[in-house]
Amino acid sequence: MPKTIVCDGNEAAAWGACLARPDMVSVYPITPQSSLAEHLTEFIAEGKLCADLMDVEGEHSVLSVLQGACLAGARTFTATCGQGLAFMFEPYFRTPNLRLPIVMAIVTRDGITPQTVWGGQQDAMTVKEAGWIQMYVETNQEILDTIIMAYRVAEHPDVMLPVNVCFDGTYLSYGIEAVSIPDQEIIDEFLGEKNVNWHVALDPERPMAVDPLTGGGSAKGTSMFVRYRKGHCKAMQRALEVIEEVHTEYGKKMGRFYGPLIEEYRMEDADYAIMTIGSMTGAGREAVDIAREQGKKVGLLKVKTFRPFPVEAIHRSLAKVKALGVVDRSVNYGWGTGPLYQEVLAATYFLEKRIPAISFIGGLSGSDLTVENHFRRVVEVTERACRGEVPSQTIWLNEDDDKGEK
Amino acid sequence: MFDASKIPDDYCAIAVDFFDMQVGDWRAKRPVVLRSKCVKCGTCWAFCPTQCIIEKPKWFEANLKICKGCGICSQECPNHAIAMVEEQEG
Repeated sequence: MPKTIVCDGNEAAAWGACLARPDMVSVYPITPQSSLAEHLTEFIAEGKLCADLMDVEGEHSVLSVLQGACLAGARTFTATCGQGLAFMFEPYFRTPNLRLPIVMAIVTRDGITPQTVWGGQQDAMTVKEAGWIQMYVETNQEILDTIIMAYRVAEHPDVMLPVNVCFDGTYLSYGIEAVSIPDQEIIDEFLGEKNVNWHVALDPERPMAVDPLTGGGSAKGTSMFVRYRKGHCKAMQRALEVIEEVHTEYGKKMGRFYGPLIEEYRMEDADYAIMTIGSMTGAGREAVDIAREQGKKVGLLKVKTFRPFPVEAIHRSLAKVKALGVVDRSVNYGWGTGPLYQEVLAATYFLEKRIPAISFIGGLSGSDLTVENHFRRVVEVTERACRGEVPSQTIWLNEDDDKGEK
Repeated sequence: MFDASKIPDDYCAIAVDFFDMQVGDWRAKRPVVLRSKCVKCGTCWAFCPTQCIIEKPKWFEANLKICKGCGICSQECPNHAIAMVEEQEG
């Protein structure tokens, strides 16, 4: 029987990892991920999780040892964020191109500087082009479920890519909710036998050089390089289908369904939509409910899979609406907007009719995105955009939070 | 038997063909030990980055298949017993 516990997001993530039975775990503590690392080590000490724990000197080594473990055939797990992710970047960049199905939680933290230890998605968004799959989740239950599903996606033979399960630091990492812990047997059956190094390995029985110099002075080398790049892109596109299949199968087994790529909320007859990513979605849903009570035809689109970007799914949902407000929890410095907004703009190029879209940025450095003060505004501004009143600038939702404070 | 051709060729870079070039094949200078000066202190043996120094009855010398000619042994030898000599064509 599944049991229900009350826990924060970091513990839910540790439970998800535990149920997936990794052979090796390596973690280096960093706020707001630290208690996740502590829970994992606790599970290993208690014998709940039979994994080798690698206590290494920093995040660069964390991911490097997991690459070695994965090449030797192990299922692996880690978690980091913020500056830890920055320090990890060198092996991070290498992981997807080695096609290693490592699962890593990013307990998203805003970007330094100014010095911050609070939530914000700047860390994960900054590494979006490194070739990992990235899924952003809304609740603690979704953290647990998505970490388990992430292994199925990562280890699918057509995919073989690492997956980040991104959840909001502060809000989800420390926020406490009821979480249902599935039975181990069901998860074992769902995940099946792992086979993570059939294509590249550190194995005396299969002698090979891993990651030799490729490209450079010969057409043979550069063509090979292009082939690997194209293969990676092909696997990313295939991952869109695999993510949907895995969510459907998991839903049938567990009775919990999440929008695998994007999730529509009250979109059936919506004239306009707001778009969210991560834990802010809860407040967004409530704001939509309130607006609906007032007769406003607004819906919500929650983006779960951000890498690969679900262009077609977004295209389908947006075909119905006359305006869109996109709320980001991070900044795209190149455009002075949110990064999700920028991606959505590119996707709307494929729509028959251009729709006005507005970029909202909020929730930076742990600031709260509330129903009343922030999402009400998102809904109102987007509604006005339907009538042609489209703001030309990004709207910074928490800019005036200090007005009225003494 | 492991068959690399069964692995998709667009997954990730691996090399399964081996070639017999030795590290020593691209050396520009070779270390030559002057036996009269060598006191067998082992400094060259300890410093050699490729660990190619081999022990002889009364001296040390480099295994030239492996020695890449970096000259560290010559630099470190306290008795200046190792000369670096230009490799000649042919």
